[in-house]
Amino acid sequence: MIELDNVGYNYGGGELLSDVSVQLSPGSFHFLTGPSGAGKTTLLKLCYGALTPTSGRVRAFNMDVNGLDRDQMAFLRRRVGVVHQDCRFLDHLTLAENIALPLTVSGKEISHEEANLRELMTWVGLVDRMDALPPELSGGERQRAALARSVILSPDVIIADEPTGNVDWEMSQRLLRLLVELNHMGKTILVATHDLSLIRAAKNQVQARVLRIAKRQLTLAGADL
Amino acid sequence: MNKIKSLVMGDAQADRVVPPTGFTAQLTLFVSGAMAFLCVFALALSLASGRVADRWADELARAATLRINAPADQKSAQTQAALRILEQTPGVASARALTSEEQAALLSPWFGSDLPLQSLPIPQLIEVIEADSGYDAAGLRLRLQTEVPGAVLDDHTRWRRPLVDAALALRRLSVVSIALIGGAMAAMITLAANAALSANAQVIEVLRLVGALDSYIAQAFVRRFTLRAIGGGAAGMALGLIGVVLMPAASQEGGFLTGIGFQGIAWLYPLVIPILGGAVAYVATSRAARKKLGNIT
Ligand SMILES: Nc1ncnc2c1ncn2[C@@H]1O[C@H](COP(=O)(O)OP(=O)(O)OP(=O)(O)O)[C@@H](O)[C@H]1O
Ligand SMILES: [Mg+2]
Repeated sequence: MIELDNVGYNYGGGELLSDVSVQLSPGSFHFLTGPSGAGKTTLLKLCYGALTPTSGRVRAFNMDVNGLDRDQMAFLRRRVGVVHQDCRFLDHLTLAENIALPLTVSGKEISHEEANLRELMTWVGLVDRMDALPPELSGGERQRAALARSVILSPDVIIADEPTGNVDWEMSQRLLRLLVELNHMGKTILVATHDLSLIRAAKNQVQARVLRIAKRQLTLAGADL
Repeated sequence: MNKIKSLVMGDAQADRVVPPTGFTAQLTLFVSGAMAFLCVFALALSLASGRVADRWADELARAATLRINAPADQKSAQTQAALRILEQTPGVASARALTSEEQAALLSPWFGSDLPLQSLPIPQLIEVIEADSGYDAAGLRLRLQTEVPGAVLDDHTRWRRPLVDAALALRRLSVVSIALIGGAMAAMITLAANAALSANAQVIEVLRLVGALDSYIAQAFVRRFTLRAIGGGAAGMALGLIGVVLMPAASQEGGFLTGIGFQGIAWLYPLVIPILGGAVAYVATSRAARKKLGNIT
């Protein structure tokens, strides 16, 4: 699905990542971990094309991400669902409109997707908050809404950046279950987190691989967690 | 019909995505309105000055007068000689000596109608109608000088030329003004569109992140600014037309000034102004959006 080949990246202040090679195969579940500032968000951005690598190649759906023009990039983003670390909502639209935004911008008629949208919002437990504005939501509600938005176009790959960043243990368990369910439906999942207990909890539910960023390198963590 | 409806509905959905920018919206409306208003007057001025230039150049150039100042006993002979010369001059369509009644009519405003014309040494007037090709006034004068010493050719050129030139210059100025109005409007809409795009940079970023095409995002802004320009332009045009209608009607005495306005089919010309304004806004916003979007991944 997504393939990084000797990828290096630097923001201008020295190499942040170097020689990163990883392959996300269809239906796989990956955790990405590492200390704060290690470059987790950066690596995810490289995966969905928000950043272009300073060296090496990124391939998505067998296309070289570097070679995509702006329109092709937009189409790539419809095939990769992303939960951003800071959610990224439009504050003047209701929650339901925000979750349906990927449908709206791809020119789909929202009224035809009403039932889907409702079902999805029930799934993330936000059906009675449909008309709320994003600033009125709690952290956990925002995270669940962001997850709902990322899957509304039923993408093949879901990339989540700290989806349990500011929620309590119970809520993070709930979000994890949603991600696991998606994985069981055949989606490829990549989750960045520094919450090791979340990773341990996941091990009982899904066969997940754990990638760790340390000293600019990406390594596959063993069973020592 | 259905297609138009779904287009409007679809656009309405897309329109919600970009938050409304109240202040820029009002400024755009005001600017387009003011520009359309000015444009109506510039257009009226250009049409009027064009009309005046044409009329003066046309009517006056066609008719020249030949005046024969001669002692009473020679007048008739000189008139005949002058008419003969005029007949032979290429570019003169016709020449005709005015009858004494016509001459009396010309003079009556000044001297009263019971003037004993025969007893006064007034000159004989010959009306010369020019053909389209025009005649060589200098050549004609030379010939008259030798053969009809009492003849004076008055072709009005001396005082007519500068007036026609002024009218033509006025028309050029109005056309330049219309072009400047269009340019100024394009500049102001570009500024407004840039402001709106900058104010919505966060929104645009999110839209890109969820897979919006540049054309979709640009469309939301372009449609908005185009509609505003058309709306403001229509209002400004309507006010401008009211202003023109309220001008005093064209009259002989008022001359040029009262002639500023539209005549016949020309009343429809200003209807083009809002549409052109919309086109200017469309192009200006499209360009601004394309440039701004290039800076956002
Ligand atoms: N746009 C940017 N320009 C310059 N430096 C940046 C930029 N974004 C991130 N960085 C730097 O790159 C490093 C890695 O950032 P990144 O966001 O990838 O870390 P992270 O692993 O996601 O951290 P966290 O766990 O806190 O989210 C940090 O030192 C950060 O300051
Ligand atoms: Mg991060």
